[in-house]
Amino acid sequence: MPPTQQTPIDAHTLDAESATWIARLQAGSPGYDTAVEELHALLLKAASFEVRRRAAMFEGLRGGVQEDLAQQSADDALMAILRKLKDFRGDSRFTTWAYKFALLEAAAKVRRRAWQGREVQLEPASWSMIADRMQLPQDDVELREVLGALQRAIEVDLTAHQREVLVAIALNDVPIDVLAARLGSTRGALYKTLHDARRKLRARLAGSGLEIDRYLEAKAK
Amino acid sequence: MNAPTDPDRLIARLVGPSGPEIGCEQCFDQLDRYVELELAGAEADLEVPGMRAHLDGCPACNEDHESLSALLGEKR
Repeated sequence: MPPTQQTPIDAHTLDAESATWIARLQAGSPGYDTAVEELHALLLKAASFEVRRRAAMFEGLRGGVQEDLAQQSADDALMAILRKLKDFRGDSRFTTWAYKFALLEAAAKVRRRAWQGREVQLEPASWSMIADRMQLPQDDVELREVLGALQRAIEVDLTAHQREVLVAIALNDVPIDVLAARLGSTRGALYKTLHDARRKLRARLAGSGLEIDRYLEAKAK
Repeated sequence: MNAPTDPDRLIARLVGPSGPEIGCEQCFDQLDRYVELELAGAEADLEVPGMRAHLDGCPACNEDHESLSALLGEKR
């Protein structure tokens, strides 16, 4: 992989090990190729760790598939790290900063693999189906009041896009990066949509005189 | 990977966290620092305001947080 030009980072702000990594990964450094190989090996270990952790939750991730996903994750993480090396500020050790790229890639790849070929439900399931699924207690008046207000807010207050995103993520448990890929969006943009939808639900509950945080705290006890 | 069947868990997922929260990009940007602070026993939530609320509200970022904590925990 050809080295990319980076803006030198102030090595005085880094711990010794991180400073060594950054120096070796600079374009033109005599240790560049070896450093890239060593970094890739670290990323592969992190990605393999993540794929193994996630594989237990999904069928169809056999040994060969796991190795492929880990390898692809390490490759993609390495590319991202070399591209973003100038962004490393030394807020953590360099290896901790690097690991998160491998873990993110591996987790996203496992989720996408697990959802390959599965339908992503964007339309709200009927509220009666949800109620049936949850076996609501008949005598919990406040719970029914909260659910009723939420149902109205979802139907009336949200835009169609907000409703799709909220339903997919919060009701149907679709991973946000899987949904982003299906909708041609990004994880950050969808979370903003989810956040805005949640504000509207909270406003509706407050307008109905329901103190949702007090309610949830009381139920958690 | 199942949709919630507990009504209160469902309600919590629908309304999300109550406090101010950062977004997914900021979460990724701060995740390494936050986890190291946690593992060092420092006040991670004071140092990175809005992170805890985001982790409570975003299942994918919460998974990333768990994974980095587990990986660093294993390497200690």
